[in-house]
Amino acid sequence: MFLINCPYCGERDQSEFSCGGEAHIVRPKQPTELSDDQWAEYLFMRKNIKGIQFERWNHAHGCRKWFNMVRDTSNDKIHAIYKMGEKPPVE
Amino acid sequence: MTKFRVNKTKFIDQTKTVSFNFDGKSYHGFEGDTLASALLANGVHLVGRSFKYHRPRGIMSCGSEEPNAICQINEDTDLTEPNVRATEIELYEGLNASSQNCWPSVNFDIGGINNLISPFIPAGFYYKTFMWPKSFWKKIYEPLIRWSAGLGKSPTKPDPELYDHKHVHCDVLIIGGGISGIIASKIAAKNNLKTILIEDKNILGGSTIFQKNENYKINNKYSSEWLNEEIAELKKLDNLTIKTRTTLAAYHSYNYLLAKENISDHIPVDKRNGGIRQRLWKIRADKVIVATGAIERPLVFNNNDRPGIMLSYSVKKYLDFYGVSCGFNNVIFTNNDSAYETAVSFKEKGISVEIIDIRKNSNSKIVKNAEKLGVKIYWNSTIVNTFGHRKINSIEIKNLSEDGSNVVGDKNRINCDCLALSGGWTPMVHMHTQSGGKLDFREIDQTFIPNEIDKNHINVGSCNGDFELEEIINNTNKKVKNFLKVSETEFDKTSILNSKELDKRNIWLLPSYISEGKCKSFIDFQNDSTAKDIKLALREGFKSIEHVKRYTTTGMATDQGKLSNMHALGIIADTAGVKMGTLGTTTFRPPFTPLTFGSIVGRSVGKFFDIIRKTSIHEWHVKNKAKFENVGQWKRPWYYPINNEDLHDAVQRESKAARDSAGILDASTLGKIDIQGTDASEFLNRVYTNAWSKLGIGKCRYGLMLNEDGMVYDDGVTTRLGENHYLMTTTTGGAANVLSKLEDYLQTEWPELDVYLTSVTDHYSTASICGPNSKKILKKIFQDKDFSDDAFPHMSYQNAKIDEINCRIMRISFTGELSYEINIESQYGKSLWEKCIEAGKEFKITPYGTETMHLLRAEKGFIIVGQDTDGTMTPIDLQMDWIVSKKKFDFIGKRSLYRSDTIREDRKQLVGLLTDDPNEVLEEGAQIVSDMNKKPIEMIGHVTSSYFSPNLNKSIALAVVKSGKKMNGQKLIVPMENKNINVTVSDSVFLDKENKRINA
Repeated sequence: MFLINCPYCGERDQSEFSCGGEAHIVRPKQPTELSDDQWAEYLFMRKNIKGIQFERWNHAHGCRKWFNMVRDTSNDKIHAIYKMGEKPPVE
Repeated sequence: MTKFRVNKTKFIDQTKTVSFNFDGKSYHGFEGDTLASALLANGVHLVGRSFKYHRPRGIMSCGSEEPNAICQINEDTDLTEPNVRATEIELYEGLNASSQNCWPSVNFDIGGINNLISPFIPAGFYYKTFMWPKSFWKKIYEPLIRWSAGLGKSPTKPDPELYDHKHVHCDVLIIGGGISGIIASKIAAKNNLKTILIEDKNILGGSTIFQKNENYKINNKYSSEWLNEEIAELKKLDNLTIKTRTTLAAYHSYNYLLAKENISDHIPVDKRNGGIRQRLWKIRADKVIVATGAIERPLVFNNNDRPGIMLSYSVKKYLDFYGVSCGFNNVIFTNNDSAYETAVSFKEKGISVEIIDIRKNSNSKIVKNAEKLGVKIYWNSTIVNTFGHRKINSIEIKNLSEDGSNVVGDKNRINCDCLALSGGWTPMVHMHTQSGGKLDFREIDQTFIPNEIDKNHINVGSCNGDFELEEIINNTNKKVKNFLKVSETEFDKTSILNSKELDKRNIWLLPSYISEGKCKSFIDFQNDSTAKDIKLALREGFKSIEHVKRYTTTGMATDQGKLSNMHALGIIADTAGVKMGTLGTTTFRPPFTPLTFGSIVGRSVGKFFDIIRKTSIHEWHVKNKAKFENVGQWKRPWYYPINNEDLHDAVQRESKAARDSAGILDASTLGKIDIQGTDASEFLNRVYTNAWSKLGIGKCRYGLMLNEDGMVYDDGVTTRLGENHYLMTTTTGGAANVLSKLEDYLQTEWPELDVYLTSVTDHYSTASICGPNSKKILKKIFQDKDFSDDAFPHMSYQNAKIDEINCRIMRISFTGELSYEINIESQYGKSLWEKCIEAGKEFKITPYGTETMHLLRAEKGFIIVGQDTDGTMTPIDLQMDWIVSKKKFDFIGKRSLYRSDTIREDRKQLVGLLTDDPNEVLEEGAQIVSDMNKKPIEMIGHVTSSYFSPNLNKSIALAVVKSGKKMNGQKLIVPMENKNINVTVSDSVFLDKENKRINA
């Protein structure tokens, strides 16, 4: 059970949060111009990394804000948390 | 006092007798006893039968590692509990326990026949045998296995006990109240840290608390005396919370731990007074110090499982703590020094004891001490066989060969009534590994010890692989100081007298002169797996420890292999000729010891199991005898039976009334989201498939929301309340998900939009009145309002007041009838509802529930998201092309509507179905076929909604059918269990295609 440092509320129990999958997948600005394959790449393809992964999290039972997390999936270590729109930290 | 109670100790109050029952016989013990110690005091060793071979088994240990003495307690009452370890039950007056896994009794057990045929039941026997013939499985094999397997009986009645959960935060959590846990607690608490110490026994002190041996002294006192003084001081510390009878169950990441406290399990049943039985502590600790100690290993040799064969340290605890001698003619079988402490304890009380040691020699102080007391020691020897059916009566020993792989010389038979084993010690690394920690293998004593890289927890004491008293105290002190950043402690200058173990020898599987195939050398006592089984698994090609474990079931019993895993690994390593350290271990999973379901669910039982949401009008529904249905967490009126009507009759009446005169529905549960901001219109444009920019203020519009994959996600009517202000309604079940999905897009994809979303579902109650007389009723309630079609047209809204209370009236319809929905702040919901009922009396206004609502909308062919859709339906599949804007540049899901898969013409599409027999009502979910002759028969769709319509006087159904759009008028078949129903595909709008009734 993680202890997550919400950038708006501070440290809270994982049970207050929900994970929204891979981060930094930007919705295409002009979907109509994409081929089926390109659209499918955006729609369906997600990484499943053992190691450092960039994830979206939502403080669902708190401030309802979305933010990003850098987490090592092999040991659940949270390396960084940053707001939506901010650049991921360079390791 | 029974003859086995030889010793008076301060831990057992021999003035307080406790009577209890075991297997129908009554016995006496004393306050402070466990069930196991009380049984042993009465000379009872045989307490159960083994799982597979039904061999007689006795108490083996004194703690949670116990594999044999598992009991059913308080059988035939609602408090009954199976699989309780006798070594952990504190004795109380009136305790009723019985042995498990034997029939008809523990002394004579029919299943014992399995022991005689055991050569034919090797590892994997069940997998290999019950394969064929296949027809035998259901009637013969499965019932047989179910009857003979299973441990204990589950309770059949609801658990009457109360359970509790508690959350707590602390600076330091210390797991284990033995000597190192006590040292750690004292250092932590004295340095101003909020500290919690948990201990699974009822008193602190671990194994040191009854250690009174000349060879182990601290500051010139017996180690037990020194520790007692420490404990007394510990109890005075303010910022230390001590929790005894509390077992750590799980150690999760980020120092989140679960511990179960037993509160009333040790109190006589009639004195528990309905208090809390167990409490689950949910602890978030800044730092964790694990001091869980070590478990003694048994030795693996031929027939090592007879009653009377126990672990050496446990025998010592029974003697020095409980005052019970497990035998009067004891033999100790060991490979290490620790067993000599047991021998010394026996000798000091004048009880006979001999030692068989597989080592060639040992010169440590404790060994010399035992020799001086006259203990006979057989060096370089091993037990090759044991005798005695219901209890051990003698053993056979032989000398070991130089390399220990064989036995040499003559057999020597020794009589005994108790055989104490010590195969060394296994650090309890469960907590360390549960938290994600890794292990290192230490060759010298063949142990896995923690490899600490996590900065937030440490392991101290014997769970860290420190077994000597001197190491324990000094290393604990040093590690805790480092961990808590303390510069000096009172333990810095402790003088310790210690006997050091100098000689080690370990043989995982001890040889016998009897051929290996005929030996029963048990590894897992509870699951009856032997060394032979492990070797068979290896011969059959299993290599991974995880596979061998599952194939042989070693370590899979309720004790989770606490005694068996190391030996299994050792034997695999020896047999395969690899180093044990390279094999790794099986995974240690929580819980450490089994948890009751009660402690897991805590107070969330009965009506607290889940949140129940009720509308403000709920009380009225109850009073008017509504039957309710659960929609998400909401309780919604399902139908309102009059005079014992059943569902069908009530719904027929309600839906007729709604179309003929007036009906009223509590629609408060529909999700409501308040949308404000200068970009609100643009936002709706992007989330709904249709266009929103041109919707006038005061108008309502139906919208369909897709997922990005093009599939229908939710629907509902949204009303424009002002220039930058909308009220969106969602489905009842979808409200929370829709809100979070919209928030997601707003925050992450379109942060530039000025839009604010607020859930107002609970803020407003909604009465929906429909039917040709609805307008007249509204007029009575809102007398100064103009309800003419010009002033108040369909799909529009107006503000109004009832008795000075603001409300909103929407003229919208989910039934196809003239219909109004009145929204009012929830606290006035019930009085609004009652006013509507009162005003509607002259029109026989009829309250209707969800079932009638479903029927009415089905007559009109309106879909219900989640009933007629299932996450694979596009708006085109639903024949709702009209709602998909062609002009809009983009909306959620738009691009997916022309993917190669979504434009297929043979997708399942929504159609109407009419049964050839108008009285035949289809079953929802029934499959649809077109050709019964082509085998295999192809299922081309299924029924999604089906009703008997009283307004049309025939059966109607909605269905999804492959290529259904092109099938209008076509005959299809709905095959049922005992008949085929002929149906015809029709339009999905069954009633009032011209929409005349909306303006009736």
